[in-house]
Amino acid sequence: MAEIVKRYPPDRKRAAMLPALRLVQEILGHLPPAALEQVASKLEVSKTACAEVATFYSMLRLEPRGRYSVEVCTNVSCSLCGGEQILRHLEQKLGIHAGETTPDGRITLREVECLASCGTAPVLQLDEEFHERLTPEKVDALLATLA
Amino acid sequence: MDDRAPLPATRPATLLPPGGPAPQVERVVSRRWGTPESWTLASYERDGGYAALKKALAMKPAEVVDVVKKSNLRGRGGAGFPTGMKWSFIPKDNPKPRYLCVNADESEPGTFKDRYILDNDPHALVEGLAIAAYAIGAHTAYVYVRGEFKRQAERIDGAIREAYAKGYLGPSVAGSGYALDAHVHRGAGAYICGEETALIESLEGKRGWPRLKPPFPAVVGLFGAPTVVNNVETLANVPIILDRGAEWFAKLGTEKSGGTRLMCVSGHVKRPGVYEISMRTTLRELVMDVCGGPEDGRAVKAVIPGGSSAPVLAPNELDVACEFEALKAAGTMAGSGGVIVMDESACLVRTLWRISKFYADESCGQCTPCRDGTPWQEALLYKIESGQGTPADLETLISVATAICPFPPMGLGNTICALGDAAALPVHSFVQKFRPEFEAHIREHRCPFPDPWGATARRWGPSGETPKGWS
Ligand SMILES: Cc1cc2nc3c(=O)[nH]c(=O)nc-3n(C[C@H](O)[C@H](O)[C@H](O)COP(=O)(O)O)c2cc1C
Ligand code: SF4
Ligand code: FES
Repeated sequence: MAEIVKRYPPDRKRAAMLPALRLVQEILGHLPPAALEQVASKLEVSKTACAEVATFYSMLRLEPRGRYSVEVCTNVSCSLCGGEQILRHLEQKLGIHAGETTPDGRITLREVECLASCGTAPVLQLDEEFHERLTPEKVDALLATLA
Repeated sequence: MDDRAPLPATRPATLLPPGGPAPQVERVVSRRWGTPESWTLASYERDGGYAALKKALAMKPAEVVDVVKKSNLRGRGGAGFPTGMKWSFIPKDNPKPRYLCVNADESEPGTFKDRYILDNDPHALVEGLAIAAYAIGAHTAYVYVRGEFKRQAERIDGAIREAYAKGYLGPSVAGSGYALDAHVHRGAGAYICGEETALIESLEGKRGWPRLKPPFPAVVGLFGAPTVVNNVETLANVPIILDRGAEWFAKLGTEKSGGTRLMCVSGHVKRPGVYEISMRTTLRELVMDVCGGPEDGRAVKAVIPGGSSAPVLAPNELDVACEFEALKAAGTMAGSGGVIVMDESACLVRTLWRISKFYADESCGQCTPCRDGTPWQEALLYKIESGQGTPADLETLISVATAICPFPPMGLGNTICALGDAAALPVHSFVQKFRPEFEAHIREHRCPFPDPWGATARRWGPSGETPKGWS
C-alpha cells in the first residue's frame, strides 16, 4: 500500500484510490464497508468520497462474488459473431442468469461491454484472462478446467 | 484453449491485396510485432530502440515539438488533433509541475489496437512517452490502462521497470540529467474514463466525471497542473519520427496527416484483426481485399468506420480513404480506427439497439440530454426491435437524438463531453440510411431476422428484466 501511495504527489494521496481499492479487493474478494473505511482513512478522504468511487466503477464490488468470474462480451462486434449465444450457452450450462452466482458459490456470470478483443470475437474473460474466438465447445472445455 | 500464444499480432499488417495495384505501406507502429520476445528491452534495443530518446534529449524540448509538428502526426485516440500543436499549448510560464497522461483506456466498441501495442511493443510506448514528457517538460507520466487489461498492464509495467533498471527512466534519463518518473495506473471498468478530462478525474481518485472545457487540460489538468493526454498509438509513433525524420513520416501519410494507421476490423469479415495500412487505402479495399469481405459471398450491408460512435456508412459510400479529413467529408469520422462490418444477415435495428444500450449504460449522468436521452433511445429501439414499435416511436427516436446532438453529423452539441454525440450520431445515421429496415420492423410487428438468443428467446435486459424506461 505504501508503495502505491508513493506514485502520487504527497499532497495528492487521494489519487491512490483506485489502486488501493483494487488491492484490497484482490485480498478480500470484495469491498465490505470496513474496507472502504480503512482505505478512506489511509488516503485521508471522507468515507463518502471512497464509497462514491467504489460504486462508480464496474470492476469494484461491494458484494462478494463466486470463486471464478466469467464475463461475456455482448457488445456490437461480439454480438455480430454470436456473443449472445455464448452467454446463453453459459446460462444454460450453469443454470443461472447473467449477473448471478451459481448456488454453490463457484461461478459468477456477467454480461459485459466491449473488452477490446473484437477481432477475435466472441470473447469472455475468466478472472481477467482473455478467452477468444469462442464456440460452445470451447466454453465447455473451459468450464471443465474450473475446480 | 489459450489463444494468446503465440501473440495474435503476427498477421500480415502490410497491405497485400489479391489483385490490382493498391497502396503498399511500410509497417511503422506494428513493425516489431511478431519478433520473438518483442516486448523485452533486449529485443527492443536489438532493433535500435531508445536511440530516438537519446537523439531527443540532445535537442531542445521546443525543437522536439517542432519535429513532431512537422511530421503531421495526429492523435489516434479519437479526435485526430495534431499532436505537436497539443504539446505546444502547455503554457511556458506556469510554475506548476507538468504531467503527461497516456490514454490506454481503449474501450470504444470495435477498437482493439492499443491492446496489441501494449502486448507486443510496450517499449515503443515507454520511449514515446519519455520523448513526449521531455518535449513538454513533464517529470511525471501516468499510463492509465483500462481495468480489464491485466496482461497488458503487466507488460507495460514490466517495460517501465526494465527502462528504470537501464536508466531510460529515473533521476537522469539516459545520463542527460533530465528526470522522469512513469507509473502505471489501472482503471476499474468505466468507458467514460477514456474521455481525457474523465481520465484525469479518475486518476485523481474520483468518479470519472468529465469536466467542462475550457479550461483545457493543457492549462488546468491533472492535480490542477498543465497536462497532455495522448493515446497509446499516438505516442508509439513518436520514436520513429525522431529516428527517421519528420519529412519521412509526413510523406507516409496524406497532406494533412502523417504516418500510417492501425485499423481494427471486426464483425462480418473473413479475416478480422488489426492491420497497419496507408491512409490512402479506401474503406472498401480494407474490408473487401485486406479482410476478405463477408463469409459465404454475402454482401456488405453497413460499415462503421471509427468505433461504434462513428456514423455508419452504406455500401455505396465505402470508396473513401481511411483518413481523418476524407472520412469527415463523408459525414462520419476516423475516430479510433475501429471498423465494424455488418453483412446482409445482420439486423441493423438490433445492432443500433445494442450500441445505444452501451451508451445508455455508460453515460455518467451529469448532463440532462445525455442522462435522460440515452436510455430513452435504447428503450425506443428495444420496442421497435421487439416488434412493438409504432411509426411515432421512430419520429420520437429522431427527436431524442436531436435533443442530444442537434446538428448531425457535427458533434459537440448540448453536452459536457462527446459521449452524448457518440450516442446520438449512430441513431441519426442508421435511421437516415436504413430507414426501410426500421419501418419493416414496425409494419410486420416483428424482427425479420433470426433471434440471436436462439430458440428460447428471453427479454433482453442483462438479467432478463425489462430495460429501463420501457413500460
Ligand atoms: C466518451 C469518450 C471516450 C473516449 N475513449 C478514449 C479511449 O478509450 N482511448 C483514447 O485514447 N481516447 C479516448 N477518447 C479521446 C480522448 O478524450 C482524447 O481525445 C485522446 O486521448 C487524446 O489523445 P490523442 O490526441 O493522442 O488522440 C475518448 C473520448 C470520449 C469523448
Ligand atoms: S455527455 Fe453524458 S457522459 Fe458526457 S459528461 Fe454529459 S452526461 Fe456525462
Ligand atoms: S465487442 Fe466484444 S470485445 Fe469488442
